[in-house]
Amino acid sequence: MGLIKQLMGLCLVFGWSSWAEATPKIEYWELENGVGVYFVSSHDLPIVQIKLVVDAGSARDPIDMKGLASMTAGMLEEGTQKRNAQEIATAFESLGVEFGASVNQDMAVLGIRSLSDTRYLTPAMDVFKEVLMQPSFPGPSLEREKQRTLVVLKQREQSPGDIADRVFNQLVYGDHPYASEPIGDAVSVRAMTPEALEKFYRQFYVGSNTKMTIVGDLTTSKARRLAVTLVGDLPKGEKAPAIIPVEMPKKSIQRHISFPSTQSHIQLGQPGVIRNDPDYFPLFVGNYILGGGGLVSRLAEEIREKQGLAYSVYSYFSPLKERGLFTMGMQTRESQRDKALLLLQKELQQFIDKGPTEAELVAAKKHLTGGFPLRIDSNKSISGYLTVIGFYDLPLTYLDEFNDRIESVTVEQIKDAFRRRLQPDKMIIVTVGDGRK
Amino acid sequence: MKLYLKMLILSLLAVLSGACKDPVHEMTLENGLKVIVQEDHRSPVVVSQIWYKIGAIDEPEGLTGISHVLEHMMFKGTKRYGPGEFSRIIAENGGRENAFTGSDYTAYFQQLEKSRLPIAFELEADRMHNLVLREQDFQKERDVVIEERRLRTEDSPQSLTYEKFMTTAYSVHPYKDPIIGWMKDLEALELADLKEWYGKWYAPNNATLVVVGDVLPREVFALAEKYFGEIKPRAVQKRNLPIEPAQTEPRYSEVSVPAEIPYLLLGYHVPNASSDKNDWKTPALTILAGVLDGGTSSRFTRDIVRGQQLATSVGADYSSVARAPTLFLFDGTPARGHTVSELEQAIYQQIEKVKTSLVDEDELDRVKAQVVAGDVFGRDSVFYQAMRIGQLETVGLDHRLLKDYVKRLQSVTAEQVREVAREYLVKTNLTRTVLNPLPINKKSANAAGKGGGHGAH
Repeated sequence: MGLIKQLMGLCLVFGWSSWAEATPKIEYWELENGVGVYFVSSHDLPIVQIKLVVDAGSARDPIDMKGLASMTAGMLEEGTQKRNAQEIATAFESLGVEFGASVNQDMAVLGIRSLSDTRYLTPAMDVFKEVLMQPSFPGPSLEREKQRTLVVLKQREQSPGDIADRVFNQLVYGDHPYASEPIGDAVSVRAMTPEALEKFYRQFYVGSNTKMTIVGDLTTSKARRLAVTLVGDLPKGEKAPAIIPVEMPKKSIQRHISFPSTQSHIQLGQPGVIRNDPDYFPLFVGNYILGGGGLVSRLAEEIREKQGLAYSVYSYFSPLKERGLFTMGMQTRESQRDKALLLLQKELQQFIDKGPTEAELVAAKKHLTGGFPLRIDSNKSISGYLTVIGFYDLPLTYLDEFNDRIESVTVEQIKDAFRRRLQPDKMIIVTVGDGRK
Repeated sequence: MKLYLKMLILSLLAVLSGACKDPVHEMTLENGLKVIVQEDHRSPVVVSQIWYKIGAIDEPEGLTGISHVLEHMMFKGTKRYGPGEFSRIIAENGGRENAFTGSDYTAYFQQLEKSRLPIAFELEADRMHNLVLREQDFQKERDVVIEERRLRTEDSPQSLTYEKFMTTAYSVHPYKDPIIGWMKDLEALELADLKEWYGKWYAPNNATLVVVGDVLPREVFALAEKYFGEIKPRAVQKRNLPIEPAQTEPRYSEVSVPAEIPYLLLGYHVPNASSDKNDWKTPALTILAGVLDGGTSSRFTRDIVRGQQLATSVGADYSSVARAPTLFLFDGTPARGHTVSELEQAIYQQIEKVKTSLVDEDELDRVKAQVVAGDVFGRDSVFYQAMRIGQLETVGLDHRLLKDYVKRLQSVTAEQVREVAREYLVKTNLTRTVLNPLPINKKSANAAGKGGGHGAH
């Protein structure tokens, strides 16, 4: 999409045009082993941020070993053929480099942030490459990490919010791989072996499953060399198979967990949208109005501002490769739980029946388009967008088109999308609380 | 190896000064409002933060939490704008906004595309002197804050432990009270209290306006004059904070609530930057925290997590940016099959080690390398840059200290690290609080019964 068109769209709405030149230029190329590389050059700061985005999220966990994806990513920095965990950490931190690994349902993300001067970046790349290419998954480290994970799992059971998340997710997804939490469960964690990690790693950490994003103080030619150096030796491997589609619930389920907290946590929802969903923008804009927009959403207005029932009340779609969650939620004192749940249900029903008003839509568009520069105001946020664009194969023009897509949404589209995509009579409802006796 | 690292540090410093080309500008309006502007032209955005020198530390007994409740009420409208208008206008201008209350300050911010800065200024100036506090808004908002306290504290075993820990570590100083306030104080709070609090502390001469982004200082100064210049200064009462008497013996406490995992908190009284007469002790304490817990190569991870395998997590924390002397903190959860007291002993052993033998040069250099790089990484966020300036100014330090921040940490020696450990990390200066989990009765059945009062303390 053209810059001019974007500029016109903005001028119409706001009469401001001074920042329209600011969309970052994304360069894309592919390596021979199938790794797609996304690069944005930015010389303002002497920093480089690199991420490897691997199709190795928890949806890839074997059915009897939930949490394996998460453990595999976490164990990469625990040892290589040449260095142990301490040597890896020392190598990175002597250079001032930050290294991190994280996993959600869809992806594993490995990243580093380094100063761009080659005196730091080059040795940092050597270690990063070693961690990526030659992990040794040492048995004693794995044993320790398993014990640690068991403690974390137990710790979650003392938080009513974490319990609500876990139970809600299970009920929404049933047998689908998204049902389990990325960290796994106590039984599956105990079953993990170095061999299982090794096997998972060999299968999924391959070129055709990996995207690389680079943001920072590099020229294109340097970025190209860096990409080849870091991931050029990954075997091409096989692309992970498609994740099975998520089924919509056939009936409503309501589950209450008695727990000794002073508040009740309430969550309700269903499977929502996929990242490339044709309904994505109407639902995204509609949800901003319903419960996404901080203090100015309908839920915040009705439940927090008018009634003082909760500190936090929200709704969101979290898109994944297959349908991610649509969730509404809040926490309130026990005596108000039933009233609060009814209110959430009423607000949703009303939104589905009547949609937003024209004025609400105009306000939402102003917010979402007018705030666009904030979405891309740092290397870190641009790197975040590249991760999503890369992993979900969104067009390179995604950011250029963002405001146009928002502008084109109508009240009718929002109403239609909410009506087709959500069934209020088949909601999964979880409440946790009520047990302080 | 050591020589190589030394060179690395020096060259890191060179990198830094190169990146430090945007200077900070400041001026003070006639009414006493200090305005500080940092240019950052990477993106067409701006962040505006106003910092009031009023926080939980200033609250008298019985009124704990009032600063934070007033922060909530600041969104409830003025003579000119109705309740919620502020947020609606910022939202419609594409902005993000929020506010936060600390022990030392109350602050409000907006992040916007740069041309919208006047909108934020107009609204922020308006609520500095025209706030309308209504009874019906107050009643609801107090309920919201009470729910916030339930969410963050009452139902979080570790938060309850921290609260208990602070009341144990401090006997008279107001750092002992939680920022969000005690429940009974929140319940007893009245609108008249808030009106008084607002009238007393919300004045241009008790605030700092920090703006970072794609702006020109002279334009920001002119805008500040235009919107904030008309606000009359007020006589702002001098604060006489009680001075915490020197601790002479260790203090212990524990919390027993339904929980799954025990938790340990240790603290030692240490100076903040403005009470550090020698000027090297606070940087040395910062480096000490880094040696023990800076990254995964640190001693705690190396020895306690990976080596002895006594903890699933263990940390050390210190910040010198505070209005009053503060605490050097340790916290952790024991690994499976190990006890809080084993973990506690392991931490004491680590403390003993830094007292008896000097930290290795390359260990020290590694911590410094992280400080230097971290400082450059911090420049990727306009919000973070504004935070650093606002915090320093509000606790009574000069934002120009930021210029020397890295250099000051850089100059810390192994002997200084040993000396601060010897001086402060001593048993007579220790506070320890332990979370003892009680069994949780969890049922999946839909048991009726209404939760009554909460008796966690």
